[in-house]
Amino acid sequence: MTVQLTSSAADTSGSSDLRDVLMRGTRPPRANAFTVTMTFGWRALLKIKHGPMQLFDVTVFPLMLTLMFTYLLGGAIAGSTTVYLQDLLPGILVMAILMITQYTGAALNSDRTKGVFDRFKTLAIWRPGSVIGAMLGDLVRYSIAGILVVLLGVALGFRPAGGVIGVALGLMVVLLFSFAISWMWTAAAFVMPTPHSTMAAGAIIIFPLTFLSNIFADPKTMPGWLQAFIDVNPVTYVVSATRNLMFDRPLGNDLLWVLVSSAVIVAIFGPLTMWLYKNKQ
Amino acid sequence: MIFPLRSEPAVEATGLVKKFHAVKAVDGVDLVVPRGGIYSVLGPNGAGKTTVIRILATLATPDGGQARVLGRDVVSEAAKVRERIGLTGQFATVDEELTGTENLIMLARLQGFSRAASVRRASDLLGAVSLDAAADRLVKKYSGGMRRRLDIAASIIVTPDLLFLDEPTTGLDPRSRAQVWETVRGLVEVGTTILLTTQYLDEADQLADRIAVMEHGKVIAEGTPGQLKSSVGVGTLRIRLREAAQRPEAIRVLAEDLQITAQEEADAVGLTARVPGSDADLAVSAVSRLAGRGISVTDFALGQPSLDEVFLALTGHTTDRNDQEEAA
Ligand SMILES: Nc1ncnc2c1ncn2[C@@H]1O[C@H](COP(=O)(O)OP(=O)(O)OP(=O)(O)O)[C@@H](O)[C@H]1O
Ligand SMILES: [Mg+2]
Repeated sequence: MTVQLTSSAADTSGSSDLRDVLMRGTRPPRANAFTVTMTFGWRALLKIKHGPMQLFDVTVFPLMLTLMFTYLLGGAIAGSTTVYLQDLLPGILVMAILMITQYTGAALNSDRTKGVFDRFKTLAIWRPGSVIGAMLGDLVRYSIAGILVVLLGVALGFRPAGGVIGVALGLMVVLLFSFAISWMWTAAAFVMPTPHSTMAAGAIIIFPLTFLSNIFADPKTMPGWLQAFIDVNPVTYVVSATRNLMFDRPLGNDLLWVLVSSAVIVAIFGPLTMWLYKNKQ
Repeated sequence: MIFPLRSEPAVEATGLVKKFHAVKAVDGVDLVVPRGGIYSVLGPNGAGKTTVIRILATLATPDGGQARVLGRDVVSEAAKVRERIGLTGQFATVDEELTGTENLIMLARLQGFSRAASVRRASDLLGAVSLDAAADRLVKKYSGGMRRRLDIAASIIVTPDLLFLDEPTTGLDPRSRAQVWETVRGLVEVGTTILLTTQYLDEADQLADRIAVMEHGKVIAEGTPGQLKSSVGVGTLRIRLREAAQRPEAIRVLAEDLQITAQEEADAVGLTARVPGSDADLAVSAVSRLAGRGISVTDFALGQPSLDEVFLALTGHTTDRNDQEEAA
């Protein structure tokens, strides 16, 4: 019988290996802002790859909203679900995507409270890249959710006159506004103690913004004070712009207001997020 | 205290204060860590070790005092400090939802390595901390020791001039602990200064060139392991006698002949004595002196001073905790 001695060569060669590796660890030139952002985007996509169930949350919920509201309100409001669907679907698309933007805040809060963010904070990198990169990864999720909602809509009888291009342009408007409003949740992520409370804080804002808008019914049927709110609610303009693009109708000032309100939100909550990033411990 | 003026020290902190509401987590800490070698901060739970490390690593701003790391102010020149330090925090900061390789590639890319160089760096480092076999497994499936090693690898993608290690071996088995020590010593060889916190005196003793002992947010002692231990004694001598009746006489002999104060143990034949001095000679004479007086000893052992004993010697009380988890 031969006895095989397990070699300890691997253990002893370890230290010289280590020295070599450490000697090669000289600092390369600093990564630029684009590389930093894209690296964080790559991280977000890897998470989707390893945990595809993340997509379940963000797709099933919008599909459920579409089905529920089409059949719940279609008959009552427009007399027919197919007629109602033409107006409702772009609105539901906006609502669904705005609601799932809250996951952006929850994910950032989880990074912060779990300590992953501490690692990034000790690196000499372009800091907004970590937030923007994560948002870019999220835009992929929103796009998937948006496309699924439109496909379900088409199956139920949604017939946008603007065709594929009109639908794509409409979706881009929604994504643009989602990107802007995400900065509100990233700011909240630095203030709230847990991912859950970050989502809850977002919900307090996103529910009135989406329900008190022109998504479900024509504001002309509503009391004056409510019309006044709907008139200044940026979501109203996002919905109008999306509808008009999808149905190839004249845009008016809707798109302009979407751009202005997005810019204002980013101008306030972008710097606020980065200030909190730097100062909240 | 005089240090050779090779260059500015790795860390130079004066009067650091950090408050969390009413709690003064750090209460006037002065610290000078020379360049090169290993410096250890030793202290019980809640002493303020992590808070000091977070301030020095630019993760927290002090409420008072100043700190310079590698010659740069940690508040006003934080970005410059970050370019030259690494931190392995007390709790793992690697991303659980990615694999080990992906974690390291991401961090290498963020620090400016090209795509190809990042892939190579990740695989080199995983090899160096013996994680090659788990390279493509998700970190959430790693054991505590594996996470710790990955976290250390993540802190040395760019070999830092100063590496902070916050309790790098707490909760590790002896083998993982030895691996961490080996990595730490390797870093010292290539010129990295290590600032390491620990709750274990033997770890500080084996690794560190100098030790600062912290309690209640303050540094209560500082020096080389030798200086520290001689102030505490080599440790505790435990003696078991054959006859319980001889115990009072044994205590008297030790006190009169050798000036050693021995205490009675609960066990009627047991004695313990803290042995002063920095070598074991006195403990050896104690045992032979007892035998010479006809007191038969069945068993004796000399243990390293425990952290509790160091504290007892330094403060006159045992380690009570700042965080009030346990009353003293
Ligand atoms: N973020 C925080 N908020 C409130 N109190 C804190 C915070 N961080 C630390 N403390 C308190 O400050 C004190 C020092 O804590 P610190 O974590 O620095 O101790 P430590 O020496 O690292 O302890 P351990 O060995 O348990 O890690 C403790 O009383 C702790 O409760
Ligand atoms: Mg700690």
